[in-house]
Amino acid sequence: MSELTGMTAAQLAGLIAAGDTSAVEVTRAHLDRIAGVDERVHAYLHVDADGALAAAQAVDTARAAGQPLGPLAGVPIAVKDVVTTKGVPTTAGSKILDGWRPPYDATIVARLRAAGMPILGKTNMDEFAMGSSTEYSAYGPTYNPWDLTRIPGGSGGGSAAAVAGYEAPLAIGTDTGGSIRQPGAVTGTVGAKPTYGGTSRYGLIAFSSSLDTPGPCARTVLDAAMLHEAIAGHDPRDSTSIPAAVPPVVEAARAGASGDLTGVRLGLVTQFATGEGVEPGVLAAFRDAVDALTKLGAEVVEVSCPHFDYALPAYYLIAPSECSSNLARYDGVRYGLRSGDDGNRSLEEVMSLTRDQGFGPEVKRRIMLGTYALSSGYYDAYYGQAQKVRTLITRDFTAAFEQVDVLISPTTPFVAFPLGARTADPYQMYLADLFTIPTNLYGGPAISVPCGLADGLPVGLQVMAPTMADDRMYRVAAALESAVGTLTPPEL
Amino acid sequence: MAAISREEVAHLARLSRLAVTEDELATFAGQLDVILQSVARIGEVAADDIPPTSHSVPLTNVLRDDVVVPGLDRDAALAAAPDAEDGRFRVPRILDEEV
Repeated sequence: MSELTGMTAAQLAGLIAAGDTSAVEVTRAHLDRIAGVDERVHAYLHVDADGALAAAQAVDTARAAGQPLGPLAGVPIAVKDVVTTKGVPTTAGSKILDGWRPPYDATIVARLRAAGMPILGKTNMDEFAMGSSTEYSAYGPTYNPWDLTRIPGGSGGGSAAAVAGYEAPLAIGTDTGGSIRQPGAVTGTVGAKPTYGGTSRYGLIAFSSSLDTPGPCARTVLDAAMLHEAIAGHDPRDSTSIPAAVPPVVEAARAGASGDLTGVRLGLVTQFATGEGVEPGVLAAFRDAVDALTKLGAEVVEVSCPHFDYALPAYYLIAPSECSSNLARYDGVRYGLRSGDDGNRSLEEVMSLTRDQGFGPEVKRRIMLGTYALSSGYYDAYYGQAQKVRTLITRDFTAAFEQVDVLISPTTPFVAFPLGARTADPYQMYLADLFTIPTNLYGGPAISVPCGLADGLPVGLQVMAPTMADDRMYRVAAALESAVGTLTPPEL
Repeated sequence: MAAISREEVAHLARLSRLAVTEDELATFAGQLDVILQSVARIGEVAADDIPPTSHSVPLTNVLRDDVVVPGLDRDAALAAAPDAEDGRFRVPRILDEEV
């Protein structure tokens, strides 16, 4: 592994700005790393070496001309394949979009380009971001750099594995029920879900529009905050984008790194504290981390959020309902796959064949589940009731944040499990997101930060903050990082 | 008792425009039954008087400035179409009797 690929994004940006290395050298080092290890990790679905090197060269040229550079100029990045990149293949992990080259950039991609960040390629994911292991990708799974026989989490397992395996210093993820945070936890990296509406969804291929949130994947809390700041902010092209200033996340990450949490009140959710369904090793690492946070001056109190017990059922009604509606666009007419068009079959038959052949099993399950929950006769009992429970979960958060500054929990109940362990029973896979889902329903920000190892595998601690108080979670996460350090996987 | 029958799953597949095979149908019926039995717990919550939440952002009627901006040009929009003709998307027949 090259010295450059081992550095943080903040370090790389500093070296490039000082002229101690070039953006092209940094990008080349990461492309070499990808060529060396990605055959085993399979973090990438597509590598865009030419595009990345051209963007890096543009940064070097701008610097030579004395033009001002942004804080992450020249730092390369990987982008989850659910985010559109103009002219660069974008599949969302699905056969139905095999070979599609979008005619436009997502807003967050346009911002990465404007920030001078070369895009190394597109990362693997569960199909349409539905899954917790990357095993539901139509292009084969990604393997966890900590142990290649285990899952890297999902749906953004490719982005997390690319960062954990030093194949990119930073990556973009998207989080609908935990798809940034849970992969972060099981790969020993940092993953943050910003406040819903804090980062633009324009160009993010929709799964569940009221929940989908793009955000940063990184190896350090400061790096995550820097990427957060680069992509966040109001976008007139997204009608749910919040027209307000981006919270001071970088400042908060730097402040937190001092390790002082005096006066900060952390809430332990009673409903999560029982430890039911949580692996003993995960619970032990979490408890050690809580002790470490207490030593930094934080006060820990228990708060009750009674409706969190119903977050998983509410999510698995709301998200599939929105999915069944959003995925209706894959009809084999305007773009993507068309199957069975022999000149005799009707549009409806061709559409049904296309969708059966183009979608994988988990996507089909969720489309049918959503269709069920929305159908007349079941709507009130399922989708309608789930929306009411969503209100109650939001009220639980609001009440909790009157008592504490942030809530903390383990990010996920279990460490990276072996490939194949949870695919036979889809509901067992859903349990991976037990602790991450409530935040999505509420809309607030949350971050997963490494807090230790259990049986040699990474464990993440989750910090949840009130909406538009993203800076709070970065402060606490950075403080924890200063106490427990970052995690380094074994050499690949 | 099963929460959902095989026939109901077949009906959902038709509504969803998914030409699932018989094998898929058998697998999905069992799996959807497990999932539905589990999410049915949502009914335990007393929520009659609670307003529903569709979205966490308290914004309504968001409008952009009324300024003309360039859209996607026709060739770019058609470039990824499975079938196109005369500057339009070409689709299989829509009406049964037209064969």
